[in-house]
Amino acid sequence: MNIIIATISIGILGLLVGTFLGISGNKLAVEVNPKEEEVLEALPGNNCGGCGFAGCSGLAAAIAEGKAPVNACPVGGEPVGEKIAAIMGMDAEKKVRLTAFVRCQGDCEKSKRDYSYTGQADCSMMTFVPGGGPKSCNYGCLGMGNCVRACMFDAIHILDGVAVVDKDKCKACGKCVEACPKSLIELIPYDNVVHVACNSNDKGPVAMKKCDSACIGCGICEKNCPVDAIKVDDFLAKVDYDKCVGCGLCVSKCPKKAIVFDEI
Amino acid sequence: MNTVKDLLLIMIGSSLMSNVVLSQFLGLCPFLGVSKKVNTAAGMGSAVIFVITLSSFVTGLIYNYILTPLNIEYLQTIVFILVIAALVQFVEMFLKKKVPSLYKALGVYLPLITTNCAVLGIALTNVQKDYNILYGVVNGFATAVGFTIAIVLLAGIREKIEDNDFLPAMKGMPIVLVAAGLMAIAFCGFGSLSF
Repeated sequence: MNIIIATISIGILGLLVGTFLGISGNKLAVEVNPKEEEVLEALPGNNCGGCGFAGCSGLAAAIAEGKAPVNACPVGGEPVGEKIAAIMGMDAEKKVRLTAFVRCQGDCEKSKRDYSYTGQADCSMMTFVPGGGPKSCNYGCLGMGNCVRACMFDAIHILDGVAVVDKDKCKACGKCVEACPKSLIELIPYDNVVHVACNSNDKGPVAMKKCDSACIGCGICEKNCPVDAIKVDDFLAKVDYDKCVGCGLCVSKCPKKAIVFDEI
Repeated sequence: MNTVKDLLLIMIGSSLMSNVVLSQFLGLCPFLGVSKKVNTAAGMGSAVIFVITLSSFVTGLIYNYILTPLNIEYLQTIVFILVIAALVQFVEMFLKKKVPSLYKALGVYLPLITTNCAVLGIALTNVQKDYNILYGVVNGFATAVGFTIAIVLLAGIREKIEDNDFLPAMKGMPIVLVAAGLMAIAFCGFGSLSF
C-alpha cells in the first residue's frame, strides 16, 4: 500500500512540476533573434574581446542588430566575415589582414646592458628600477613578457630577450598592443614586408652605443626609397604602409640593419 | 521574543560557526571552481543566497504539507532533488524574461547551482533539525551567506596567490586547497563562540 501511495504521489508531483515548467517555459520564452545564434556559432568563441564587445556573444548580438560590421571579428578574419555576411545576407567588405609587430630587435647580443636584473619578471616593474630596466636603450623591448601573458593565441614569445610575433598565429586582437608599457607593438598590414624594427628616438651616436641595430636616423633609407614611403622623423625612420611597394631597397641600404625584410 | 533569539542564533550558527563550506564541506565544487576572481565569486554567492533561500521555503512547504501527511518522509531526498532542479530552471526562465539585468549578472552560475550539493544539504538539514518553515528559510539564508563569505574570502586570497612564485608541484589547485584548509582551521575559531 505504502509503495503505491509513494509511487502515485511522486508521479503526480513529477507530472505537476513538469507541466508547470512546460507552461512557464512557453509563457516566459524570450525571443532570441535566430540570426544571433547562427552568428555566434560562426564566431571563433575565444571571447578575447578583440572586437571591443564583451565576448563573442556580445559581438553576435551587435552584428545581429546591425550595430557592428559583419567582419568585426579580428580573430576570424576574412573566412568568418564571409560566413557571417552569408548569414546576415550582406556582402563582406574586404578587410586588410593585420598582424602585430614588435618594433625592436634588441636581443641579448645586439643591445647593451647596464646591469643584470633578477627581480620580478614584469615589464611594468621596469618603471621603478634604475635606468628604466637593465637594457641601455630606454625605448626598446624590456623582454619581461607582459605581451606573452596577454596573448591568447600563443603568438608572441620572448626569444633571446626580445618579443617576437609569430605572424601566422597572430590574430591581431590587439591585446599585446595594450599590454606593452613601451607601446612598442603595433598592428600593421600582414602583407607588408618592410618594417622598421626600432623605436629609439635617440640621436645617432647615442643610439649606436646602446644597440647594434638601432635606427640612427641617418636618412639613407629616405633618400633611396623610390616611392617616398619611408620618412625619418625625430631620428627614427617610419614606413608609410600605404605607399610602400616592398622593393626592399631601404633594407639593403640600411647601415645598421634596423629595417627588416619579412618574407611571407 | 524567544523566536527572535532563536533566529539570531541560527543566523550566526549557520553562517559562521558551522559554515557550510568550511566545516560541513558541502558545496565544495563551486567553492573551488568559481573562486578565481572576487567578482565572479560574489556573483556565485549572490546566486546561491537567492536559490537556497527560495528552495528552503519550497522544500519546507512540500515536506510539511505533502510528505508528512502522506507518511512518505523517506522520499525526501528524491523529492527535494526534483523540486530544486525544477525550481532553478523556473527561476532562470523567470529572470531571463522579467529581470534580464539580474539574469545577466548571475549568468552561468544559476544553472550551475542545480547540482550544488549545498542546496540539497540545507533542505535535508532543515528536516533533520525539525525546523519549521520560517526557521528553515532563515537557516537557508544564513547558510548561503556563510557560503558567500567563504567563497569571496577564498577568491581574495587566490587573487593574491596568483602573483606569487611556488614550487611547480604546488602551483594551481594544490596551493588553493592548502589555503582552503587553513581557512577551515581559522573558521574553527568561531566554534568556541558561546551565548
